[in-house]
Amino acid sequence: MDEQDGDLNRALMLDGNAAGGILYDVFTADMTGAPTECASCGRSGEVGSLLAFVQAPGLVLRCPACESTMVRIVRAGDVTYLDARGAVYLRIAR
Amino acid sequence: MGERFVSRGFFGRRRQPEQAGRIPPGQYLVDDWPVLSAGPTPRIRLDQWRFTIEGLVRQPVSWSWDEFLKLPSKTYLVDISCVTKWTKLDMKWQGVSVDTLFQAVSLDPRAAFVTAYSYGDYTTNLPIPDLLNDQAFIAYQQDEKPLTPEHGGPARLVVPHLYFWKSAKWIQGFRLEERERLGFWENLGYHRRGDPWKEERYSGD
Repeated sequence: MDEQDGDLNRALMLDGNAAGGILYDVFTADMTGAPTECASCGRSGEVGSLLAFVQAPGLVLRCPACESTMVRIVRAGDVTYLDARGAVYLRIAR
Repeated sequence: MGERFVSRGFFGRRRQPEQAGRIPPGQYLVDDWPVLSAGPTPRIRLDQWRFTIEGLVRQPVSWSWDEFLKLPSKTYLVDISCVTKWTKLDMKWQGVSVDTLFQAVSLDPRAAFVTAYSYGDYTTNLPIPDLLNDQAFIAYQQDEKPLTPEHGGPARLVVPHLYFWKSAKWIQGFRLEERERLGFWENLGYHRRGDPWKEERYSGD
């Protein structure tokens, strides 16, 4: 099953711009142009260039080079959880 | 499933399946099978696939794909509820009971929890009692066809009595633990157990 064709999970994948609304809610800033770096492989790029998985119990942003998880966000009732261990940094514009 | 709609008259009113009592609170019924994913489908060659039980066991055990298919399997007809609020009734699976797998290992008496880990980076945590007495199985067929990759094939864990995020796709193994180590969603606010009948969606529910 090493075919990539017909990978519905990949077909559901969007780019990081699709996560702009959720990210705005968390950071109160437009994050799609924000620079970031993958803690796993060191790739640098804008948040909008990450792989976004939104059809899940939460939002998952992955590195397009190594597919490691960089950022996860869960809105759990009236609180929000953020895990950005997979990103060296996220540069947030003021 | 057509007979559900054609049984008026001659046979009298056919009873609808007892659906109301089978849909947990806050859930709605679906006929399709939504795909949810937190990452790309891992690419696993069947000749390299293994399922392993390790951690607090006297001796780890590991099965190849061919060995796994030779284990006694069963047909399961179960209802599935996802924390994103859909419920699908009467899903038919073929797979190996976790009871059968545990018979092959000798558990350390300290073992109380399982970390189910997948190809890719997914994990989920389960108390051992939730996996026993035929409550959980490793499925490799759904509706008599091989489980498709987007739904977790070649094989996934299925734990029908808990929210479906516990039913880890692309299952690779069980690690037996003394303490509960929260999994991919559980460590980010989701409930540690996830009973749909108690609406255990988030930590603190």
